[in-house]
Amino acid sequence: MTDAVRIENVSFSYGEAPALRDVSLTIAEGEFLGLIGPNGSGKTTLLSVMLGLVEPDEGSVELFGEPIESFEDGHRIGYVSQKSTEKGTAMPVTVEEVVEMGRYPHVGSGRLREEDHQAVEAAMARVDITDLADRKLNTLSGGQRQRAFIARALASDADLLALDEPTVGVDAESRDRFYGLLDELNSEGITIVLIEHDIGVVTDRASRIACLNTELYHHGDPESFHESDALERAYGSTGQVVGHHH
Amino acid sequence: MAVRRTARRGLVRVGVGVTALLAVVSGLYLLATFAEAYGPGTIGGLGATLATTLVDTGHLLGRLVGTDLLRFRFVWNSLATGVLIGIVAPLVGTYLVHREMALIGETLAHTAFAGVAFGLFFAASTGWSTPILLPALIAGILGAFAVQWLTEHTDTYGDVPIAIMLTGSFAVGTIVISIGGGFSGLNIESFLFGNVGFVTPSGAWLMGALSAVVVAVIAARHKQLLFITFDEQAARVAQLDVGLHNTLLVVLTSFVVVGAMQVLGIILVAALLVVPVAAATQIAADFRESMYLGVLFGELSVLLGLSVAFPLNAPPGGTIVVVAIGIYALSVAAATGDFRALSTH
Repeated sequence: MTDAVRIENVSFSYGEAPALRDVSLTIAEGEFLGLIGPNGSGKTTLLSVMLGLVEPDEGSVELFGEPIESFEDGHRIGYVSQKSTEKGTAMPVTVEEVVEMGRYPHVGSGRLREEDHQAVEAAMARVDITDLADRKLNTLSGGQRQRAFIARALASDADLLALDEPTVGVDAESRDRFYGLLDELNSEGITIVLIEHDIGVVTDRASRIACLNTELYHHGDPESFHESDALERAYGSTGQVVGHHH
Repeated sequence: MAVRRTARRGLVRVGVGVTALLAVVSGLYLLATFAEAYGPGTIGGLGATLATTLVDTGHLLGRLVGTDLLRFRFVWNSLATGVLIGIVAPLVGTYLVHREMALIGETLAHTAFAGVAFGLFFAASTGWSTPILLPALIAGILGAFAVQWLTEHTDTYGDVPIAIMLTGSFAVGTIVISIGGGFSGLNIESFLFGNVGFVTPSGAWLMGALSAVVVAVIAARHKQLLFITFDEQAARVAQLDVGLHNTLLVVLTSFVVVGAMQVLGIILVAALLVVPVAAATQIAADFRESMYLGVLFGELSVLLGLSVAFPLNAPPGGTIVVVAIGIYALSVAAATGDFRALSTH
């Protein structure tokens, strides 16, 4: 099985301030990687490097075995950015229009075909928002909006979902439902990279944990993470991971 | 509810159909007059016949509603230009407004003003006459590239490059005009506020050509522009060429601004990029409908504004914008279901 993501010796600085130092990391296809670290630890920067949004000062990135510079299958990646619940607050865009965007890389300038409409409908049905198709995004709750973004990624046939703190501003019940959906998608083979402040959520769900604070302090399964002192070293103090039981 | 939505969609479709008809007539008139002026032999003759037929028919229809103005070619030039502005300004403006770039139109209008000033200075210095909108178009496109470059290569807030270009170009324009001694014979007010008799045949033809380009590009790149407008980061991840489309958008804006400044004037040209879109956003059921409604409101603003401006010989920029803002106020009231909202917006 090829790796979905391979990052080798990546360093990146904002001016003089280093954000990432010599980070190497692989994410196998079908893996659920939880990316944790304190505020300003470089999590979003690492995700941006991984997705080609930021070019690293040093090091290399491969997506699905292809160097990122020549990777052309952008539709294989679904990205839900930080504060995505705030998108479209003043834009009269409907859920269906948002999900249709997932098909745009497939059709270029052409019209959406029957198969594209079918993919959009299937994606909305998969995340249970079919009844919201005609609703404007700015009339939905945070949890419903996030499901619309996931549907957009599914409509694009994404194999990798990259989510940057997707549940900020989402109520607890919707958050649980959202993470339940991620679990299901992961069990269906979709690779997931999740940045999340709540370490308990990540260690409960992810198959691998990457703990970052400019440098990578730990990369392994949740058990080895609990046994290591990565949390203490990355966060600078002793902490205790609280599990979530529902 | 469903019946209401169907009726509303039907109404919007009728409005779009009427607007398309007006656009076709305007386009035909511009093609006919161009052929009349420059077409060889038969083509020139056909152009003249078609232009005369359109003007005569318009004159007859105009008399039915109590106006004699449609017998004048200069009125047709203004109307055809206005009809096209009413379509392309809200089309481009829809992306600008939702990208929080509402003031870029104002900036590029001021850049175009600097181009006009340089054009006049060049003409006065060399005696070589040049169509006044050509230097405006060149300056507008250069201004669009400059704003895009500043936005991408400087660490600053999004509206700072816009503010720098806006004030900087106007400053250069005023200096050039002062050096040129005000360019006798030039009515600066017409540039600033628009003028019903200001649209020359060549200005109207330019608007026709620019409008064709704008509509064609938007038809071809709407999906990419929409995705980038809604979620630029996700569009980058999906490997849409964000830089190219951002540049395309500002260049299209410069096209609209240069074409529209003849009727609306430099000061008010940005209003038609923004106000009809803001009105449409209040009540549109989805993004597609917001584009249709934006065009309808833009068209309504231009036609009603010109209808008032012609008999009063008032600057059409002012009348068009006042009508557009009236429509916006009604939209706000309709969206909130409360006409008292008019006093708070």
